[in-house]
Amino acid sequence: MAVCEYGFFISSMNIKINGEEKEITSGLSLAGLLEELQIRPARVVVEHNRSIVSRDLYGTTMLAEGDTLEIVHFVGGG
Amino acid sequence: MDDFLQLAGINYRSRLIVGTGKYKDFAETKRAIELSGAEIVTVAVRRVNITDPHKENLLDYLDPKKYTILPNTAGCYNADDAVRTCRLAREAGVGKMVKLEVIGDDRTLFPDIPATLEAAKILVKEGFIVLPYITDDPITAQKLQDIGCAAVMPLAAPIGSGLGIRNPYNIRIILEQSTVPVIVDAGVGTASDAALAMELGCHGVLMNTAIASAKDPLLMAEAMRQGVEAGRKAFLAGRIPKKLYATASSPLDGLVN
Repeated sequence: MAVCEYGFFISSMNIKINGEEKEITSGLSLAGLLEELQIRPARVVVEHNRSIVSRDLYGTTMLAEGDTLEIVHFVGGG
Repeated sequence: MDDFLQLAGINYRSRLIVGTGKYKDFAETKRAIELSGAEIVTVAVRRVNITDPHKENLLDYLDPKKYTILPNTAGCYNADDAVRTCRLAREAGVGKMVKLEVIGDDRTLFPDIPATLEAAKILVKEGFIVLPYITDDPITAQKLQDIGCAAVMPLAAPIGSGLGIRNPYNIRIILEQSTVPVIVDAGVGTASDAALAMELGCHGVLMNTAIASAKDPLLMAEAMRQGVEAGRKAFLAGRIPKKLYATASSPLDGLVN
């Protein structure tokens, strides 16, 4: 839980993204998280708790405390 | 002359497959690939840097409509990781063709063959078009072909070593027995190495470092295109046998005495 400047409680949760612990807003969907992180969904693939999420389900995939995400993309390689 | 590299039912005009690693920037990557004439390019699958996601993406420079994107499993040291990487790559929507490499040791980057066979079995079953990176071993090549791989890709020499084809005789044996394309993958250093692979009868050559780490990558990209083309033509043309003694090129009749 975090307190915002107006004194309201904004609930937050901890998830692991690409191996790093991160505190994010509670109730975010995967699509919402990518938007917050400014990541273009068309260029990435996401694994949610070891299951690949197809792009059309990003909006309805809700994140929960303790979730693990892998967000990958293509880079130069041989 | 119609001469295509056939992979999984697709005809490719270029027999050169190039990697996209080690270039100074994406613009150079793009330009080198254009000059190489390659139609298939390899890429790696890696985590997005979430603290700096604004970086440009490789696919902003390489249109998947123009190029066949061939994701690799570089950096995977076991079958599970390689399979997982291929599944992630497939979800990116660039097709089902993958370059399977399961590394056995980080000093030589030689493949772990048992793990490669294990991963290939799973991937073929899941409908992937599997192009496995292997040592230049005919038995392994045969086994992977039997599993259903779409090609076999024996190394010329260790990845990035630039040593050229160390064992042309093994490559010849692999070629003799294979019913799938044989693509020399890794170890090429310069254009004559690529030409030699093609002269042996290989169906294609895959390289990255030889171009990207050359002093002038763009010029080398062009040289590699020409090396592959020259070698292929020489193979098709059929070279003369090597002989110990001379054979005169000019007629002996009609000499002025």
